[in-house]
Parts: sequence; C-alpha cells; structure tokens
Amino acid sequence: MSTRTTPAVTDVAYASAPALVLRDASLRYGRRHLWSGLNLQVEPGEFLAVLGSNGSGKTSLLRAILGLQRLDTGTVLVAGHPPRQRRDDIGYVPQQRHVDPLVPLRVRDVVGQGLDGHRWGTGWPGSGRRRKIEAVLDAVGATPFADMPIGLLSGGEQQRVRIAQALVADPKLLLCDEPLLSLDMRSQRTVTALVDRRRRTSNTAVVFVTHEINPVLPYVDRVLYLAGAQFRVGSVEQVLNSATLSELYDMPIDVIHTGGRIVVAGLPETPSDAHHALAGAGGVA
Amino acid sequence: MTDPSDIWHRIFNYTDYPQLLTLVHNSLIAGAILGVVGGLISTFVIKRDLPFAVHGISELSFAGASGALLLGVNVVVGSLAGSILAAVVIGALGNRARDRNSIIGVLMPFGLGLGVLFLALYKGRAANKFGLLTGQIVAVDTPQLSWLVVTSAIVLLGLALIWRPLSFASTDPDLAAARGVPVAALSPVFMLLLGLAVAMSVQIVGALLVLSILVTPAAAAMRVTASPLLGTLLSVVFAVGSTVGGILLALGSSIPISPYVTTISFTIYLACRLIGARRRTRGWAPLPPAHTQSPTTA
Repeated sequence: MSTRTTPAVTDVAYASAPALVLRDASLRYGRRHLWSGLNLQVEPGEFLAVLGSNGSGKTSLLRAILGLQRLDTGTVLVAGHPPRQRRDDIGYVPQQRHVDPLVPLRVRDVVGQGLDGHRWGTGWPGSGRRRKIEAVLDAVGATPFADMPIGLLSGGEQQRVRIAQALVADPKLLLCDEPLLSLDMRSQRTVTALVDRRRRTSNTAVVFVTHEINPVLPYVDRVLYLAGAQFRVGSVEQVLNSATLSELYDMPIDVIHTGGRIVVAGLPETPSDAHHALAGAGGVA
Repeated sequence: MTDPSDIWHRIFNYTDYPQLLTLVHNSLIAGAILGVVGGLISTFVIKRDLPFAVHGISELSFAGASGALLLGVNVVVGSLAGSILAAVVIGALGNRARDRNSIIGVLMPFGLGLGVLFLALYKGRAANKFGLLTGQIVAVDTPQLSWLVVTSAIVLLGLALIWRPLSFASTDPDLAAARGVPVAALSPVFMLLLGLAVAMSVQIVGALLVLSILVTPAAAAMRVTASPLLGTLLSVVFAVGSTVGGILLALGSSIPISPYVTTISFTIYLACRLIGARRRTRGWAPLPPAHTQSPTTA
C-alpha cells in the first residue's frame, strides 16, 4: 500500500484498495460447512467468476458481501470498508425473473430506484438525478424503451436495465447473481459484454456468479469454484481441469477444453438452482 | 309498485341544495382528506397486493366501532382499535401471500360476526348501526373531524417518511434488501399506517365499501400510467373525486353516501381499463419498430 505522506493519503489508499477482500471467511448452516478459510482478494477492474454446485454457498457468499449474512468467522471488506457502511460501493444485478406487466414502474424508475430508492423520504425529481439516469440508460442502450413499463420488456432488455440500475450509483464492485439465467444466446452476449465494458472503462471489479462458464469465458480473469465445503481460486486453466474438479467433488470428472469452450462431464446431477431468493424469508406484506 | 320517478327522486334530490351544502361542510372536508389519504395509500395497497387485507381490516374495524357504540364510548376509538389489531395480526402472521390470505379469511368473518353481535345488543338509533356498514353523509361532527385530521396527519407523515424505501421494497424486495432497505421492518410499519387509514375510511364510507377508496383509485390509475408520480397524482384525484363527488351527489337524498362513492369510483376504474386496453395494443411510448406491438402477457 502507498506510504506517501501527502494530505490526500487516505484518498490514495482508498482508490487503490482492493475492490473486495475476504479474509479467513467461513460460513456454515447448523453443522454443515458451506466453506471455511476462504481468502480472496479482487482487484479493481478484475473479473471473477464464481462457479459451483447447487447449495455450495454461492448465494450465501453474495449475501455475505452485501452484508445481509453474517460470516461465522473472518471479515469482508468492500473497497476497504465493511459492506454495510457504503452501500453505493456495491452494484447488484439479480437473475432475470418474471415482472408483472402491471408493475407501475417505467424503465427509468427502476434505474432511479438503484440510485436513491433506499433513502428515506419521498425525494424530489431533479435535473442532476435525471441526467445520471439518462447517461446510464444510454450506456446500456436502454434509452429507446426508457418510458416503457418494465414488465413489458423482454428478458434480455430487463437485464440490461438491471445492469443500468446496478451501475447508476457508480459502484466499485459489481455483484452479478446468475444474470444470464433464462436469457437467449444473443442477450447473454449483450449482458456480459456490457459488464465487461464497464470494468474496462471504470475499473469496476466484477464478481459474477454463474453455473455456466462459457458465456463469460472470454472475460474471466480468475475463477472461484465452490463445491463440497471446499473451494479453489485461480485462473481458468488452474481451476477448470479434470484433476482439480475431481478432487473437489471427490469423484471422477472430465473437463474438456474445446474450440474456445469448456465442457464438464460427470458432475453430480443437481436440480436447477434457478430460484433462490436473496431476501430470504422477508416476503412482502 | 313504486313509481320510478319517485325512486329517482330519492336518489337524486337537489331542492334546498345551498342550505344543505352548509350543513355538510364537515363531511366535505372529511371526504377530501380521506380522498388524499386513500389515493396515496392505495398505490401501496396495489403494489403490495393487499386489497384483501384492506377488506379484512375493515371488518375488524367495524367490530371495534360497533363494540364502542354498544359500550357508549367514542366510535372512532373503537374503530381504530379494531383496525390496528387486525393490521398488526395480519402483518405479524402473514408474511407470505398465501398465509396472509388464509389468515384474513379467518379473521374477517369473526370480526363481522362480533360486529353483528354488538349491533344486535345495541338499543340506540338504527341509523347509527347502518352507518357503520354503509357510511353516513352528515354523521361527521367536529370532534370526529379532529380525529380524522390527526389520524390522516400521522398516516401522511408516516408515508412521506418511508415513501422511497417502501416503494422499493414493494416492487423489488430482493434488490431493496441488497441496497440496505429494512424490508422486513417496513412491512408492519406499513400495515399500521394502513390500519389507521382503514379506520378513518370506515367512518365515512362504512366497513363494507372501504375498498372503493383504498383500492380502486390506484388500481384505476395504474391501468393508464406506469409513471409513479403521475400514477400517484391520478390516484389522489380519483379518490378525492369519488369521495367529494359522492357526498355532493348524495346530498339531498335519504340514501347513504356509499353507493354514490362506489359508483363514481367504479366508473373511473372502467374508463381507465378501457384506456389501458387501448394503450396496450397501441404501445406505451414512441418506440423503434420492434416495440410497437407490445407483448400482451396478462
């Protein structure tokens, strides 16, 4: 870390702080360990893919980074601060799910919620706020449907809006929780390209939870693989190979790299891990 | 057989209208206040899918009011007590929609039954009893109006304070939680505000027809716009139009106010649905060609 003795030293330290630090983190439910001894550092602009079997604690990891889930041991720091301290440091992109066409929100309102929806009071529409929203809508190519009700958009368009919503507060870390699920190939490419562009232009770190590595393969710097209460961190080649995965799952698994794609054969059958809710039991009443 | 023109005269009768108007001064103010509160809170009732809860709370509010009538204490206090009790129970026990609906379904007949019991035991004016169910036009006296003003002030202040996080939590609870909105804590707070609003409405339109003020305005507004600001404004205009319009129309007649309010409210809803249906087939906004045919998922 920089040891310059200028008055701006804290700013310098802040700007160069890792986007995400997990130190000796562990989490368990009852007696079942999800993972323990997890040490991880994600630098600004880095793209980390989080892979793993159903129930391996991918969503719990995201919840811990968001400060919604207390770790059993260890610490989380987002851009040098505990997660609940600076909400705007994290942008969160959830998986696409059905939005009722009657939900009374236009695309621009959804993005606005990402900016100040968590603040108390009614808020007043201002030109600064509007400009921020317009800019981020433009960046994801959502300007043409900015006044459409969100529920009338296609899944791919909704995810573009979700990315705009996550980026509008200018986060240092972008958390994506299966954002490609139930999207067609073209939309998957659009969404991943948008995420990649953001980290290149603004140096935003990306933690991308996915069960399918291939759509993000061109962009991934490192992989975190969670399985069977263990984990591996490293480059795609270091983690996604037959030896490592066989060790993680404790059964023979074949990983084939072919034509720029990765095919994993022999994984234990798991039900679709599509519909997990981040908010847990907190329903709407 | 009753002469049809006689029936017409009982429904719409405007002899001595100016004198009558001064008599219902309080009721008009009450109607307007109620319209503002109803219009605002109904937007959240729709967003959070709570119309059935409104119905359930109103029946317990009715039980509380009729209990108060029987005991000879302030009816507004009774109505508030019943309402808040119901709101708290529904809020505490029914986090999931399925749970919530069955709890309401269980509470509602119980509340209505209690109310009927209290009214059967009550030996006072029959109009008082009927008024609790269907509303009374000239029933609003000055102390009642002060209760109404204070309660509405609480509801409006509360809503203003939690407006943005409540909207966020109502439309996207997962993301709201991720952004630090106390989603679970907002729910009982809103139920409490809703309970207060219901208790107020019961005074004017009666327990049976509360839905026309606390549900219909926003349900209508959201058919024609997805803009939160415009939707909220329209909802308030619709609600105030229904209550004040209903009082003005009901003035010379011997009929309770509620059929007038509900009819105006329903007419507005029908009109909004028609406009909304047109909008859906013709598109919402100027769009590139791919979007001119909006998907028609229901």
